[in-house]
Amino acid sequence: MDQIRHKVAIVGAAETDDLGQLPHMSRLALHAESARNALDDAGMSLADVDGLLCAGAIPNEVAEYLGIQPRYVDGTSVGGCSFMIHVRHAVAAIMAGYCDVALVTHGESGRSGVDMPRGGGSASPGGQYEAPFAIGGAPTTFSIPVLRHFHEYGTTKEHLAHIAAATRAWANLNPMAMMGIHRRAPERGGGPITPQDVLNSRMICYPFNLLDCCVVADGGGALVLVSEERARDFAKDPVYVLGAGEAAAHWMVSQMRDHTTADGYRISGEAAYKSAGLGPQDIDHCMFYDAFTFTPLMAAEDLGFVPKGEGGPFFAETRTGPDGEVIYKSGPGGDFPMNTNGGGLSYCHTGMYGMFAIIESVRQLRGECGDRQVPDVNVSMAHGPGGMFASAGTIILSNA
Amino acid sequence: MADYAGRLPTPTPESQPYWDGLKEHKLMLPTCDPCGPFFYPRPFCPEPGCFSWDIDWTEASGKGKVHTFVISHQPIPPYNTEDNPPPYVIAVIELEEGPRMMSNLIIDDPYATEVDMDVEIVYDDVTDDVTLPKFKPV
Repeated sequence: MDQIRHKVAIVGAAETDDLGQLPHMSRLALHAESARNALDDAGMSLADVDGLLCAGAIPNEVAEYLGIQPRYVDGTSVGGCSFMIHVRHAVAAIMAGYCDVALVTHGESGRSGVDMPRGGGSASPGGQYEAPFAIGGAPTTFSIPVLRHFHEYGTTKEHLAHIAAATRAWANLNPMAMMGIHRRAPERGGGPITPQDVLNSRMICYPFNLLDCCVVADGGGALVLVSEERARDFAKDPVYVLGAGEAAAHWMVSQMRDHTTADGYRISGEAAYKSAGLGPQDIDHCMFYDAFTFTPLMAAEDLGFVPKGEGGPFFAETRTGPDGEVIYKSGPGGDFPMNTNGGGLSYCHTGMYGMFAIIESVRQLRGECGDRQVPDVNVSMAHGPGGMFASAGTIILSNA
Repeated sequence: MADYAGRLPTPTPESQPYWDGLKEHKLMLPTCDPCGPFFYPRPFCPEPGCFSWDIDWTEASGKGKVHTFVISHQPIPPYNTEDNPPPYVIAVIELEEGPRMMSNLIIDDPYATEVDMDVEIVYDDVTDDVTLPKFKPV
């Protein structure tokens, strides 16, 4: 299993120029702009690309739009973790010689809906067995497992609220973060929040209040990967893929085998650890997909950072900083730095957020993060679900 | 009933007996011998390692428990009118026979819902053609 370790590197990573409300850009234009920015970051051109991986678009759509004819394509589109899976597949494809330069693209007009096809017909299993019960998108389905976890382990809404507050504290250090103080004034809901603010915010779908939910945005992101040998020639330090995993469990959340454990997280995480030859104790920095506050809690448990059922108290632990400020477990200054870009909760969430988690891992490993840079990050994990804990992708990255 | 605003299922050949059963106010479950009933309808048994295509239909008791649930405050049809406003309960029901299915819990105070509470089926004839399996506390 360790044959993929350190064989391929990410040499380019970037988002679209802007994130948020971009009604002047279509889904495919967001793919293209992020591709341009990631190639610029790598110092490469589109002519170098011979492998294309994307989600939320058929690879041919993106290839035609960009005007390229790749000799390797992967259209794995299983939700937000598709891009972690693309990284894993790109590693294998580059090692096999199927391509030399793999471009992974993401673009979603998640807020403005410019050319966003709607999936799932009324004859699909979801259309027959879930949609008729007034299911209304992710807030009414990603929430489904939560109360079972509360019931079995005593997890509380107060516990979850700490994750939102910690993640907002990171957003306040990131000029790109939609809900951070740089981009959104406190009177419009931006800037610091407390766990009590989360509990006081409007109820969306119990147990999730508004501030338990991610933002809804337009945007995109892209990655460029090449072999380890080739990666040495780039201006920026390469970020090596040490390990990777993936899994597909259920699809409908009602059919999740155990609502307190994401089977996909476990399968994907174990493969990532095994291929990297590492365990949770070796990870310096975590990017855990946070569509809702509960989502990263499940990751911390199922990926072995905290025993099953203890995620609530773990994230709710706080201490007081030198100036009397609250330091959250997963926030700036905390001992479990997680979602340091401000997360889906406060930075950006297009619908398939996983791409942005990977970009932040790359930037932290390169030391490019300015005020939010975590000291001594050598190994970072980016992990996410697809659908409602349905699929999963995990990658372990390193700067050495 | 003709102007029902909620989303409606379109049966497939494999699920037609299930939807026909509901129309007659029976909860029919595809059943494997020996693995037992399962949900949702497929022409084979989804129990890992089984994959038998020898499937019968058996009638379930209609009794179960709330396995987990949420209380949606979103105005999603049909819970979007003055007569039928949100909040409403979306619940995963664990049937007495074992399988779990998504449904709505019909309850006066959604916040009185509890995990593991006993429930029984209510047949909601939303159109002339479609009956949805919903549940209420026992």
